[in-house]
Amino acid sequence: MGNIVQGQSLEKTYRAGDMDVPAVRGVDFMIGAGSFVAFTGPSGSGKSTLLNMIGGLDKPSAGTLTVLDTDIASLDRRAAAEFRGANLGFIFQDFNLIPVLSAYENIEYPLLMVQDWQETKRRARVTELLAAVGMADQADKRPDQLSGGQKQRVAVARALATNAKLVLADEPTANLDHDTAYRIIALMRKMRDEFGTTFIFSTHDPKIVGEAEVVFALEDGRLVNSEGKHA
Amino acid sequence: MLKILKLASRNLARYWRRTLLTAGLIILGVVAVLLFIAVSGSFKGLIVGQITDSMLGHLQVHRKGYVASIDNLPLNLNMKPGAVEKVEQALEGMGDVVAWSPRLKFGAMFSNFTETTSIRLNGVIPERETAAMPMLPGRLVQGSIAQGLVERGKLLIPEILAKGMKVNIGDTVVLVTTNLDGSVNGKTFTVQGVLGDVTGPGGRDGYLHLDDARELLRMTEPEVSEIAVHLKDLGKLAAARTQLTQALSGIRNSQDQPALEVHGWDQLSPFANIARMIDLLDIFIRVMLVGIVLIAVMNVMMMAVYERIREIGMIAAIGTPPCRILGLFLTEGLLLGLVGTAIGTLLSLVIIYALTLWPVHFTFGRQQELVLVPAIAAFEVLLVGAIVLLVAVAASLQPAWKAARMDPITALRHV
Repeated sequence: MGNIVQGQSLEKTYRAGDMDVPAVRGVDFMIGAGSFVAFTGPSGSGKSTLLNMIGGLDKPSAGTLTVLDTDIASLDRRAAAEFRGANLGFIFQDFNLIPVLSAYENIEYPLLMVQDWQETKRRARVTELLAAVGMADQADKRPDQLSGGQKQRVAVARALATNAKLVLADEPTANLDHDTAYRIIALMRKMRDEFGTTFIFSTHDPKIVGEAEVVFALEDGRLVNSEGKHA
Repeated sequence: MLKILKLASRNLARYWRRTLLTAGLIILGVVAVLLFIAVSGSFKGLIVGQITDSMLGHLQVHRKGYVASIDNLPLNLNMKPGAVEKVEQALEGMGDVVAWSPRLKFGAMFSNFTETTSIRLNGVIPERETAAMPMLPGRLVQGSIAQGLVERGKLLIPEILAKGMKVNIGDTVVLVTTNLDGSVNGKTFTVQGVLGDVTGPGGRDGYLHLDDARELLRMTEPEVSEIAVHLKDLGKLAAARTQLTQALSGIRNSQDQPALEVHGWDQLSPFANIARMIDLLDIFIRVMLVGIVLIAVMNVMMMAVYERIREIGMIAAIGTPPCRILGLFLTEGLLLGLVGTAIGTLLSLVIIYALTLWPVHFTFGRQQELVLVPAIAAFEVLLVGAIVLLVAVAASLQPAWKAARMDPITALRHV
């Protein structure tokens, strides 16, 4: 199994007024295709910054970062958007569903606005995903009619809609109760098994971390520990 | 595209009160503009029509210097028969000319044997005058023109004079005038008809047969003071004026200058200034509409972008191309303009139609009971609609651009 993400001597420093604030300091890691990976650590340890860099939303200050054989730091704004649209899926802590669209339409959104799928193909894909995340009977409901867990199920389906090779989830369970959080992580794992998609998520919940196959622990922007089957 | 339209319409419906308020402003603006165009255009058309079709004609040809001293109705600035013939030849060659009427204008004393007053008179060839001034017979308020607009030995007099001098149809009156060589001549006439007054120059003139006028003035050759020309289309006034001026430029006076002048109605009637004011107001109210739409749509779209920053961050993060985000917000602005324009136009057309069923009566100058029937050209409706839509899109451009250029991380972190 090859590497899907590889970071070497990765650094990220933010400028706050006259001060440089290091968020990630010389991190090296490799993530194999099809893995189920967690970045863990306390708040401010650099988890979200790392995920943002892997997702092409932010650029490293130093080091190299290769995602799907692409030097993601070298992409300009437009190319990065194209890369994300073609290869990546995102799950957010606050679900970030579009409130005026139904569950069905939220999952359909990237197929329509990011990739130009035809109507019949779109319908088949969305129906498949709705069934896969157990939301087939809630397809017409809008986000305000869904519970937190249901919203995150829809968000998982949306992340997978475009056949993303890699799904990045930043604290996907932070706004959910413990049972629901477990169910969402289990769903993500099931999706990985079903579609072969690599999942990388960040969490500071030690019980949720236990569900990951590979865990990278961060502290003050440094990788302090890694466990599990590495690529 | 349909899906984008659907998404845009749902986004507008999300803040329905704000959308309704903005659409209401656009509707109000569209209704105000379309009604103003319809009413002012119809008013202008009505008055200009009366001026051109019952008194002045669209164009007039005079000998050089005649219009400058028209208040005196000078007999020494009449056009000679040779010049008249050349003018008529030129007019025959112009496709836009429907008819023309030679006139002999002069001032006279009007007496009913007990009282005397002054009167401005037009000597006309009845059938030529009727052809060139199709609304002139309609001004007849008393008498008959069944035997021709004005018969030999008879007079059409203005209503104000008939009332003031207590003259009735069939009464005998005397006209006394001074001819070119300074001698005075008088002749009795019978009142054939009374003409309603019309605002503007010539609106209170009397009419008699051209041959009677020449007899009264003891003219030795058939001179005329002016030739009034009626065009097929008022819109071709400028082109016809230029064409006729060029055609007559070969007729020179002793100083080798053009001997004749061509004037449009707008150079002869003070109402032209009112018409220009109406046109200015028309532009002003269109600018107001542009302002209303620009501010209303820009405000609502800026609010929409501000309130949906996290949503924009999400759609940018999952890879939505910036041009799609731009397109989404532009579509929202366009839809807002479209709804406002559609409802505003519909409402305006209903009001205009209602005004044709229950027309407005009004007074202008000495004219009583004028009937205003507003009408609007399809071109004007389309133009106003196009302006609103263009401005709505232009007003959405800055907020849409801001949304498209938003950094996903900053937007996702927005609280």
